[in-house]
Amino acid sequence: MAKRIDVSGLNAYYGSFLAIEDISMTIEPRSVTAFIGPSGCGKSTFLRTLNRMHEVTPGGRVDGKVMLDDENLYGAGIDPVAVRREVGMVFQRPNPFPTMSVYDNVAAGLRLNGTYRKSQLDDVVEKSLRGANLWNEVKDRLNKPGSGLSGGQQQRLCIARAIAVEPNVLLMDEPCSALDPISTLAIEDLIGELKERFTIVIVTHNMQQAARVSDRTAFFNLAAVGKPGKLIEIDDTERIFSNPSVQATEDYISGRFG
Amino acid sequence: MDITTQKPAAPPAPGPSAPADSGAARGVTRPGDRIFLGLSRGSGIFVLVLMAAIAAFLTYRATLAISEDEANFFTSFEWNPSGVPPEFGIAVLAFGTVVSSVIAMVIAVPVAVAIALFITHYAPRRLGGPIGYVIDLLAAVPSIVYGLWGALVLVPHLDGLYGWLDDYLGWTGILEWNDGAPRSLFTVGILLAVMILPIITNVSREVFRQVPRMHEEAALALGATRWEVIRMSVLPFGRSGVISASMLGLGRALGETMAVAMVLSPSFTINASLLDPGGGTFAQNIASKFNEATEMGRDALIASGLVLFVITLLVNGAARLIIARRKEYSGANA
Repeated sequence: MAKRIDVSGLNAYYGSFLAIEDISMTIEPRSVTAFIGPSGCGKSTFLRTLNRMHEVTPGGRVDGKVMLDDENLYGAGIDPVAVRREVGMVFQRPNPFPTMSVYDNVAAGLRLNGTYRKSQLDDVVEKSLRGANLWNEVKDRLNKPGSGLSGGQQQRLCIARAIAVEPNVLLMDEPCSALDPISTLAIEDLIGELKERFTIVIVTHNMQQAARVSDRTAFFNLAAVGKPGKLIEIDDTERIFSNPSVQATEDYISGRFG
Repeated sequence: MDITTQKPAAPPAPGPSAPADSGAARGVTRPGDRIFLGLSRGSGIFVLVLMAAIAAFLTYRATLAISEDEANFFTSFEWNPSGVPPEFGIAVLAFGTVVSSVIAMVIAVPVAVAIALFITHYAPRRLGGPIGYVIDLLAAVPSIVYGLWGALVLVPHLDGLYGWLDDYLGWTGILEWNDGAPRSLFTVGILLAVMILPIITNVSREVFRQVPRMHEEAALALGATRWEVIRMSVLPFGRSGVISASMLGLGRALGETMAVAMVLSPSFTINASLLDPGGGTFAQNIASKFNEATEMGRDALIASGLVLFVITLLVNGAARLIIARRKEYSGANA
């Protein structure tokens, strides 16, 4: 189900402030693409333009083109709600619905789509939790609140919730930054498995993580505070971390950034 | 022994200053702390003593009256405490109080929640602010003013609504209009709904505003529409807050006095239809009878006040139970 993303000439604004400027890139299906860069460079903003979440922030506005295979996400008559059903998202802090059980959390997206048959829901919930490597830990407590799980389990629950609706793309906004190293490892292993089925885009501050999990890496930077963020380069991860073509990338990766 | 190696080996080792430290753990008492502690502890105790005193007073005077009562205090429709023998009961008052408050809740809670959602999630900010402000002002209007408005504006304009209810719901019996003046428990309910709307709206609005952004984004990212976000994230998170808000409103509705007295034409009857004039509430009955009551009459009124007091306590207790039962799902732990 994975689809290719093709971005061209994309600008995103907060009110009149231009947050990211003129971004063009291609994100390959069934691969992991990592976004790295200093804080404030617009990588999270860019990620949120890929499922039209940017515009839910007051003043958020986008122009440019994001093609998901043949469909422009910002084309006329495209419903942002429908876009978000195709492009799933996992957030920085685990955010299971606190009022719902583990089971209901995973089933939430399906119920939104109008699937209510118990047997079908049971199947998808089990499949998604297995897909998120969480099934064995929660199979005896499916009816307990999702917020009672540990942080790492909650984040995998959120991943299960996102993949339950079989999206074409999975966006992850620093999914491990609130987790301990062991939970982080569990999520990274999971990302490796999920890329067989989905197009995955991950924002991370952890360059080792980008090097470990991603196939392609995009480096974002901004000229100065108050200036828009820009895409500096995107290339195979190996190349970015060994022999990048732009000096700024090398400076950032080697920690010589000033 | 070298002090640098001793430290990590025994972290809690207090060292040579141990006696002074253990003294300090008990706390250096500063005059400011002591005064504040005394004031806050005193205030806390004072509230408890006050509550106990009120309960004791009500119970004592009520017992005096009830022991003289020749009718059944809970089931009698009579109110003749100065008669020989004295006969009085609270059935009519309990019915009127509960029914008018329930009508008020049924009308006010959905409207208040809808207004709160509109202000927090639908209205543009420059519209939501002023609306919230106006609602705050409504909460400050004295109840006598609501009573005047109810008697002079609401009552004369209810014929249309009563006719409509009679046409469509008259078959139920309880909403049948027999062409009496619309000074009924139903009208009281409408007026009480208007009066408790601001407080329920305000508290609900604050609760909805505190829904963490990340819970709403969780729903949005799954492809939820705005209404679905509200259903999945906002309402569940705000549930216990809305219940508390409703209980605050219910407390006010149960005890409301002047506005009810000005709108209702009271009688010691329970009508089959809520649209028939007549009935009464605890507070309204006390207000209209107290000035002219005999000693025995006052004690009887106090007995009815005690029942209102107990009903209010029960309502609050029930609300706490509802909230506590769903605590692990409340979102407070996330």
